[in-house]
Amino acid sequence: MVAVEVPRDEQAFLEYVQSGGQIETTDWMPDDYRAKLIKFIEMHGNSELMGVLPEREWLLRAPTLQRKLALTAKVQDEVGHAQLIYRVVEDLGKPREQCLADLISGKAKFHNVFHYPTHSWGDVGVIAWLVDAAAIISQKALLKCSYAPYARIMKKICWEESFHILHGRDVILAMVTGTPAQFELVQEALDRWWGPLMQFHGNPIPAGEDPMFVWRIKSQGNEEARQQFLEGYVPQIHELGLTVPDPKLRRRDDGVWEYTEPDWEELRHVVTGHGPKTQERLAFRKRFLDQEQWVRDALAA
Amino acid sequence: MNEQTLLELADDELILGWRESEWTGIAPMLEEDVAFSSIAQNEIGHARAAYQLLVGEDGDADALAFDRKLEEYRCAPLVELRLMDWAHTIARRWLYETADEIRIAALKDDPDAGGLAAKIDREEAYHRMHAEMWNTRLKDEPRYRKAVADLWPYALGLLSPELRPTLIARVGLPEVDAIERGSHTGELAELWDEMTMVRRSAPAGSQW
Amino acid sequence: MSENVFEVFRQERRGQPFEHAGSVVAPDADFAEAWAREQYGRRGESVALWLVPREAIRDVEDWADEFDLKYRRVDGYSIKARLKEARERADTARAG
Repeated sequence: MVAVEVPRDEQAFLEYVQSGGQIETTDWMPDDYRAKLIKFIEMHGNSELMGVLPEREWLLRAPTLQRKLALTAKVQDEVGHAQLIYRVVEDLGKPREQCLADLISGKAKFHNVFHYPTHSWGDVGVIAWLVDAAAIISQKALLKCSYAPYARIMKKICWEESFHILHGRDVILAMVTGTPAQFELVQEALDRWWGPLMQFHGNPIPAGEDPMFVWRIKSQGNEEARQQFLEGYVPQIHELGLTVPDPKLRRRDDGVWEYTEPDWEELRHVVTGHGPKTQERLAFRKRFLDQEQWVRDALAA
Repeated sequence: MNEQTLLELADDELILGWRESEWTGIAPMLEEDVAFSSIAQNEIGHARAAYQLLVGEDGDADALAFDRKLEEYRCAPLVELRLMDWAHTIARRWLYETADEIRIAALKDDPDAGGLAAKIDREEAYHRMHAEMWNTRLKDEPRYRKAVADLWPYALGLLSPELRPTLIARVGLPEVDAIERGSHTGELAELWDEMTMVRRSAPAGSQW
Repeated sequence: MSENVFEVFRQERRGQPFEHAGSVVAPDADFAEAWAREQYGRRGESVALWLVPREAIRDVEDWADEFDLKYRRVDGYSIKARLKEARERADTARAG
């Protein structure tokens, strides 16, 4: 038996990953592949980390002990995911400290949804149910990532995410079967989150033109992910008596969902650091990172 | 069962767990963030179990946890403090676990609460290991030593007077005047406001 | 934080093999234990962990296979043709 040799030539490497081949940390990889991989994975880590902040506010306000525990556990998982993800980036050559510094300086990005404010407990439900659902669709498409260490942590991440959506749905169900005011909180939150949700999977560049797909870092194009989200979740939204704030949203006979074109300008504007909460949240991160540098120094001693 | 003692334990664990969950997302390193969050969840779990014991199997533990007036909470000042620097947070963690072990041991023979005390003790073995780990690492850091000294009077106040000599022996600091249980710091009011704001936004008994 | 990488192997159920689960960066084995417990066990997904400093692991990856030593593997044996012949002979003998 001869071990599979990873080809040391970019074209052969491309063919290798496109036919399902997997890469380990110590294998040869083209510089472009490594760079794109680091950027992609780092953005994922940043997103998990920044996603903690909007939810953190509400775990301090959870209205029952069970919700307190569930929300704390969910947010804990997100921090844990960030840890797993940055570890992968670190083994690819970029230390965590550098990732965090780039996040805070704005040099590195994180997903649009985590740049927006939360207003009520309704947001807690909508985020856990729908934002997490959108994220899980993307995450499942990473289970077959050509870079094996990342594919492996995605397996653990998807497993842990399974209770998040159920928790989200449970929160929503309690409110839509509660008082009219509680129902309104959910609808109002949905109205605000729909735009960012539709932008979440990115603008519909054809898979063949998306380097992430070409290198088989992800196994799905942006539009395919969005369609999957709509197919799975619009029926769930409607069956609860909630409305989606898009009059053009409809499912065609051929199964394709039509919708109002998302505001790609808004997406670009937000992810380049101009979201309503971007600077405040990065400053909050920076404050604690700086304040607790002495702890990391003490541990390194 | 001494309901007063059990309520003190429950309120201590609830408020401490609440305070410690404030570190979710901003601990000095991600690994510790995850560990600290588990500990906070455990504390709240202990509180929940204790409240349930107090209200009975069919009682509403949430109502006991959230719906009392401020002056009806029996938590000690130590847990009410809002500590947003790591030195004090970890100092409190270490002092609390050291004291809690003593308090829990004293509860183990209680016919009603003994079972719960034994369970809490088993779960807190991990908390103690974690606290010792940090205490060992930081004990020579001046700001940590200062934090322990700052919180020492509060730690003494966590325990009833007959249990304090054991704590003094374990911590190794000279005895000082304890900041006693019985009156609340202004910080509890702030915490309670935030803790109950969503719950109070709907009529009592609403589902969440 | 000092760069001590600990590789984590986890056992899902008693009796199962320990499998590589990932790695934890920690200043020493005590911190590595506390943090690995959390990362690989807080949801009850592991019954045991092995923590190994990365430098203790020796990576072994290639074997020479120059002489195609099939005699000692299952795929070195092709018995179909001879089995068919043997069965045919036995059938003939029984019929005769």
